[in-house]
Amino acid sequence: MEFGAAISAALGLMMSLDPGFLGIVSLAVRVTLSAVLLAAVIGLPLGAMIALARFPGRTFVIILINALMGLPPVVAGLGLFLLLSRTGPLGPLGWLFTPAAMIAAQTVLVLPIVVALTRQVVEDLWLEYREHLTSMGLTGFRAIPTLLWDGRFSLATALLAGFGRASAEVGAVLIVGGNIAGYTRTMTTAIALETSKGDLPLALGLGMVLLVLTLAINAVAYGASRIGARFAG
Amino acid sequence: MAMRDTASILPLSVEGLGYAVAGKTLLEDITFTLPRGGLTAVLGANGSGKSLLLRLCHGLITPTRGSLHWALEEGRRAGRQRHAMVFQRPIMLRRSARANLDHPLAALGLDRAARQARIAEALERFGLENLAEQPARLLSGGEQQRLALARAWTLTPEVIFLDEPCSQLDPGATRQIEAMLSEFDRDGMTLMMATHDLAQARRLARNVLFLNGGRLIEEASAETFFNKPRTDEARAFLTGNLLW
Amino acid sequence: MLTRRSLLTAGLLLTLAGPGLAQTPERFIVVSSTTSTQDSGLFGHLLPLFKAKTGIEVRVVSQGTGQALDTGRRGDADVVFVHARAQEEKFVGEGFGVERKPVMYNDFVLIGPKSDPAGIRGSKDIATALKAIQEKQAAFVSRGDRSGTHSAELGLWKLAGIEIEKTKGTWYREIGQGMGAALNTAGAMSAYVLADRGTWLSFRNRGDLEITVEGDRRLFNQYGVMLVNPAKHPHVKQADGQAFVDWLVSTEGQKAISEYKIGGEQLFFPNAAQPGA
Repeated sequence: MEFGAAISAALGLMMSLDPGFLGIVSLAVRVTLSAVLLAAVIGLPLGAMIALARFPGRTFVIILINALMGLPPVVAGLGLFLLLSRTGPLGPLGWLFTPAAMIAAQTVLVLPIVVALTRQVVEDLWLEYREHLTSMGLTGFRAIPTLLWDGRFSLATALLAGFGRASAEVGAVLIVGGNIAGYTRTMTTAIALETSKGDLPLALGLGMVLLVLTLAINAVAYGASRIGARFAG
Repeated sequence: MAMRDTASILPLSVEGLGYAVAGKTLLEDITFTLPRGGLTAVLGANGSGKSLLLRLCHGLITPTRGSLHWALEEGRRAGRQRHAMVFQRPIMLRRSARANLDHPLAALGLDRAARQARIAEALERFGLENLAEQPARLLSGGEQQRLALARAWTLTPEVIFLDEPCSQLDPGATRQIEAMLSEFDRDGMTLMMATHDLAQARRLARNVLFLNGGRLIEEASAETFFNKPRTDEARAFLTGNLLW
Repeated sequence: MLTRRSLLTAGLLLTLAGPGLAQTPERFIVVSSTTSTQDSGLFGHLLPLFKAKTGIEVRVVSQGTGQALDTGRRGDADVVFVHARAQEEKFVGEGFGVERKPVMYNDFVLIGPKSDPAGIRGSKDIATALKAIQEKQAAFVSRGDRSGTHSAELGLWKLAGIEIEKTKGTWYREIGQGMGAALNTAGAMSAYVLADRGTWLSFRNRGDLEITVEGDRRLFNQYGVMLVNPAKHPHVKQADGQAFVDWLVSTEGQKAISEYKIGGEQLFFPNAAQPGA
């Protein structure tokens, strides 16, 4: 019975095109995509550098990053909250309770996934390509663009994993975003709020919309990578 | 293809070259000169150090002893387009055949128009026009090796090092590759090729370096080596006897 | 080719992140408030009225009262709007708030399962009711989150002559969460729970729960509002924050509060003019 009500709530939400609801969806999508993009811009080169560089403590760094993939969102949120609070070191930015803080929080969560998986992908590719690239004079960090490009399909999967973590996350964005109606309320925090208000069908309905969105983005990414793979081998 | 008029990086003088790893000596006291022009076949049994010698000459690996001396300083490092290398198993990037040709040229900083002209020429010369847009890794072994040769050729190197380029290919594909190598030779390119195929060496080689157990046993013209080998090891190798 | 790709990436980044980051309107204030004012829908009613009049957007972060006051202490909000008088006065006394103004009240109700294991339904005496719950060891859900409701609950146990810290057993369940979560939990466990009437009225997942005790004068729940002290936190938006405080206690704001109803029932009763509230 609850599920029936949830499905009709989900359909009702998607059909209604209610501006409040659309605002929540668009904020959720923008925050998450921005976080994934930021994590990609930072994490892809960083992961590749760790893959290729040899430095003391490298093993420790790799273990640390792998471990950070499991960082509890609430902990990330709390850490960032203390940094961004007016009494914290980054307080003057005035980012607390804004979408910028939410993007930062999700970036912190996604980054270890991107860095760790990129390192693995690039390291494996480098083993395969090393002699050819060295022969072309592309040694050290100059090999990175080639390796990232040729690892693009595996790396897209890494980014999707990051997207999944960010879009499903509620603890961190709730703490640093404040779940302000119409400003920092996203899908997951709205679900948490409706649950606490006891409107379980609406909460579940929102959850279904989130699921549909995630499904759509994954389908698009999968389709794109299949088409791409057909042309690149 | 016109050869460069500029000063040659050849001859390459190799003196007392050695390579050891983890206390194990793999190559010892190799001294020879790679002259300009022709194909020098590096012969020897598996594990004699042929591939390693090519990699040391091309600069993929740094020797632990001795020295390599190119006639020009420019020859010293790989990736300067003066010498290139083709591997036993072609290393194909996860891109189309065309993009595989484009990649090293772009890395050298050639502009788009120059790259496109060179690629078009390579595709035609190596019979790859119909395969240009195919993913390189889905090509057959012979097609991949042709593409690898084309990729080396586009760099207009003076020297190409070839590490058993035909060992994984069927006779038809081997014939195609050999025809291309002969053409390279006619164009005045210098080739240094490891092979364990004596018939192939007889067909193509002008000079021979014969290795055994990490040592250079004979350096001779192909004619001398095949007709009047000086050492017992070479004679045994040529008659197909085991050497130990 | 590389530069083209990085340009593309940068462009994408800007289109995506840009609006999210730059979506800052000219004027806004941050108000830290309680879950009860938010969950009951009062802010959804008041804030558009205030914005229409002043052009100031109010961003509400709703937390438990204790947490909301801490948010003010750290300077992460401009205005604090909560319901725990003693804590509010301490906040002002420490110099974190400028001046506490009473705004409105509602009342607490004791919610319980229809089976009523403590036998207290219809009682108008909260102290006797709590004693009965403790004696029968009937399940009771406590917010346990330093919220206004939590501190009111602790005060009521004391009033009933029960030292809850010493006598609590497995029947007394502290969940450390908001009002809605506490009601959900009570519903699932057939437990009693103290709730503010506003949240109860707007709560949808009632299931087997109903009001068991109401109408006791001691269940009175006063809300106060105060500007965070700009002397402590210079970035506080003094003028706009004060405008919100002043509007809440103005005739217009008080009227708006009294007009907010759910199912014809008034949720909050303005009393800014009442001395000593």
